[in-house]
Amino acid sequence: MAEKLKGTFDVHKAASLMNELRSSFNTGRTRSYEWRVAQLQSIAKLVDEREKEILHALYTDLSKPECEAFVSEISMTKASCKLALKELKRWMKPEKAKTSMATFPSSAEIVSEPFGVVLIISTWNYPLLLSLDPVIGAIAAGNVVVLKPSEISPATSSLLAKLLEEYVDNSAIRVVEGAVAETSALLEQKWDKIFYIGSTRVGRIVMAAAAKQLTPVILELGGKCPAVVDPNVNLQVAARRIIAGKWACNNGQACIAPDYVITTKAFAQKLIDAMKNELEVFFGNDPMESKDLSRIVNSNHFARLKKMLDEEEVSSKIVHGGQWDEKRLKIAPTILLDVPEETILMKEEIFGPLLPIHTVDKLKESFDVIKSKSKPLAAYLFTNRKEVKKAFVENISAGGILINDTVLHLTVPTLPFGGVGDSGMGSYHGKFSFDAFSHKKAVLYRSFAGDATARYPPYTPKKLRLLKALINGGIFGIILALLGRTKN
Amino acid sequence: MEVKMELHKTLEELRRNFKSGTTRNASWRKAQLSALLHLLRHCEEKIFAALNEDLGKDPVESYRDEIGVVEKSTKHSLSHIDQWMAPKKCRLPLVMFPTTGEVLPEPLGLVLVFSCWNFPISLALDPLVGAISAGNAVVIKPSELAPACATLLANLIPVYLDGSFIKVIVGGADVSATLLQHKWDKIFFTGSPRVGRIVMSAAAKHLTPVTLELGGKCPAIMDSLSSPSDLRVAVKRVVGGKWGPCSGQACLGIDYMLVEGKFASTLIELLKKEIVKCFGNDTRDLKNMSRIVNKHHFRRLSNLLEDPSVFSSIVHGGSLNEEKMLIEPTILLDPPLDAEIMTEEIFGPLLPIITLNDIQETIEFINSRPKPLAIYAFTKDDNFKRRILSETSSGSVTFNDVMIQFVCDQLPFGGVGESGFGRYHGSYSFDTFSHEKGVMHRRFIFEVESRYPPWNNLKLRFLRMAYNFDYLGLLLYILGLKG
Repeated sequence: MAEKLKGTFDVHKAASLMNELRSSFNTGRTRSYEWRVAQLQSIAKLVDEREKEILHALYTDLSKPECEAFVSEISMTKASCKLALKELKRWMKPEKAKTSMATFPSSAEIVSEPFGVVLIISTWNYPLLLSLDPVIGAIAAGNVVVLKPSEISPATSSLLAKLLEEYVDNSAIRVVEGAVAETSALLEQKWDKIFYIGSTRVGRIVMAAAAKQLTPVILELGGKCPAVVDPNVNLQVAARRIIAGKWACNNGQACIAPDYVITTKAFAQKLIDAMKNELEVFFGNDPMESKDLSRIVNSNHFARLKKMLDEEEVSSKIVHGGQWDEKRLKIAPTILLDVPEETILMKEEIFGPLLPIHTVDKLKESFDVIKSKSKPLAAYLFTNRKEVKKAFVENISAGGILINDTVLHLTVPTLPFGGVGDSGMGSYHGKFSFDAFSHKKAVLYRSFAGDATARYPPYTPKKLRLLKALINGGIFGIILALLGRTKN
Repeated sequence: MEVKMELHKTLEELRRNFKSGTTRNASWRKAQLSALLHLLRHCEEKIFAALNEDLGKDPVESYRDEIGVVEKSTKHSLSHIDQWMAPKKCRLPLVMFPTTGEVLPEPLGLVLVFSCWNFPISLALDPLVGAISAGNAVVIKPSELAPACATLLANLIPVYLDGSFIKVIVGGADVSATLLQHKWDKIFFTGSPRVGRIVMSAAAKHLTPVTLELGGKCPAIMDSLSSPSDLRVAVKRVVGGKWGPCSGQACLGIDYMLVEGKFASTLIELLKKEIVKCFGNDTRDLKNMSRIVNKHHFRRLSNLLEDPSVFSSIVHGGSLNEEKMLIEPTILLDPPLDAEIMTEEIFGPLLPIITLNDIQETIEFINSRPKPLAIYAFTKDDNFKRRILSETSSGSVTFNDVMIQFVCDQLPFGGVGESGFGRYHGSYSFDTFSHEKGVMHRRFIFEVESRYPPWNNLKLRFLRMAYNFDYLGLLLYILGLKG
């Protein structure tokens, strides 16, 4: 059942939920292939059958356009389920491991087992996908799950609570709704793994809580994702892809949206003009009225973004857009040029529809700009030049890198999705999700035959020689050692 | 204060040096690994001496558990590093053609390795091998409880390895605390759960990923073995695995044994014989045994035996030689389960044997306790093996031997639950000190209009087909045959 008693879900309730779920896990039910498949099929069914309600909740929470919601939330969730269902048998199989002379004769394998009871703390900007995608991974790996959806997307949060209760096994998968108090109560429990998506600030709090219990964590955080644009690229395509990654992604409220653009001084105006053109094609000449833009999620975030725009030295840098409507929580797609580095806009993750363009004399200076900030979740580069691509890929540290496009790498299940440094730790998607929620247990099978007495006391110089040969000398060395000689 | 400033300057310098990019080159990494091999070979006698001074280890034990382990890891890394460093190509769905994807490992940056006192050389240098292979700059903080080894490492590493990127910082808890205040790109810790919590809490402030190699009570299940030769080998392995490595002061060593009641006395007799064979029967002059590391641990261990109900369960050994810091290999039969010897990790040469009516009960026994670093089971019963694997959880499971999984480069070595998280050895060492960066290359051709707003039903239909990998539908759509 969904724990809907806001404000009364305290540490005691959290502890009793934990006890219940631990007993559930200990029955061993969630380990079976059949159970996992049944849950995954139920989630696929949920997303399919209740699509309309989901789209409605997403619209209520974020004014998310239907197409965007379909592509970025529903399809991605379905694809994740489908992939897990298709591959689960293979993922669950133990992996054979080679053994060496040192342990001859023996055989070895690595067995994936569930951690146990895991906590998933999701976020508000893709409230369906970022709740169900990790849940799918946790279930595929055979865990018992508690999902804590974000209270900042309340319609989706309560819909998830309701639908999961209807569709999946409640003795093993639960939703706890609420805000800080409920999350804190949950964080005091001893989880076997915690998966957190959200801000860097709260990521620290989650990891500190996990440290008390020695709970491993995956933190999917954010950062300022740069998009570097080399002059002489296909301007229209580059502009469109940047716009798609920025404003068609929850109106810039996405951890992997390009946060800022870097290009050369000479090229900046061309890029701005191209973007202005494409923005009009995408959102019409009055974007405040466009149905294809999500709104700002709530008045807190609106105020945060407005503060960025209102800061001295910022508003004068607006070259496009800048309109806002507090009542409707709308801010128009806004481009700014060369905002000073000390401003909030350039220092903190924007997470909104403001796109500063930072110009440099030579493109290679963009590397220093990026490196002066903390490692981002994603870094983008638009270029045709091989040497620039190579230098970027090799020298820019980010969670992931995408050349000549934005955001799409998120959709590929064969690429691990996760951050580095301040943008997070651990990764998921596809098999990486299964692995993220599995303990990989090493298993060694030894035979009673072939015992190397050199290992055991009483110790003698001959044993030393033999050991050296056994561990390092290979067959030849062993023969020599047995013959009483050392190999030098 | 001065020490703190010095430390701060050192770390700043290391970070600056890392940014120069030198450590990213395969040639630098290989040169360091080769230099480490030279260090181990040239300084073998010095290392034997330091290990003997700190822990009374015999050269065979020192080679088996410390030098040999690191030599093997280093050689393994040298022969595989090119393969590990290479980007791994990823398959992408056809609908994304002509996009390509790959995973490129990159160093995390500046990493901190805390080693432990019981295997002060291998637990410092084995992680170092991984950190270097992955291209990082490294600080090793050896345990102050093995001071001769700490000093030796501090003296030798600068001579053989590149001091601009690899440093040893010695000192006590205050130095560790100062180190933990800094921002690291990774912390690798081997030690106790109590200190593990402190390390992870400090790491949380900087969002530093950690690997914690902790301990626990590793059980050894002894099923009845019908073949006498198998039983002999099993007993040898138990004795060798319990008291051989550092007198039982090993996170991976056997903490306690589980056996069927009717078998206990036979087992105890065999163990006694083997103990005498390995360590002699002169309790004032035990051979081939390491010392207890210091007075604090000596007292801790002797306190475990003080409880009268524990003391009365001793069936072999029990004598303490505080002058030589040696405790006789001690076997206890069914001490009370709520005594400290059965609730805390022993980390010493005391072996409780717990009897059960049926060997299958061992599973429940183990499951009612925190997850250990390893479970050992001596059995030929395949069903029982399967049950152990699927119904218990531990860092690793080894059948019919003890501790040897440590030398298997292809097996990940690490804990779960209270015994830690993260893993290393072989390619897992490389991975643990790397960030696996996903890289996707797109082209400018093949623009897909349906990706972009303004949205309409046509575009929605296209996207539905694309996401369902309905290639036929997409083809028809593109050809204008399907609207």
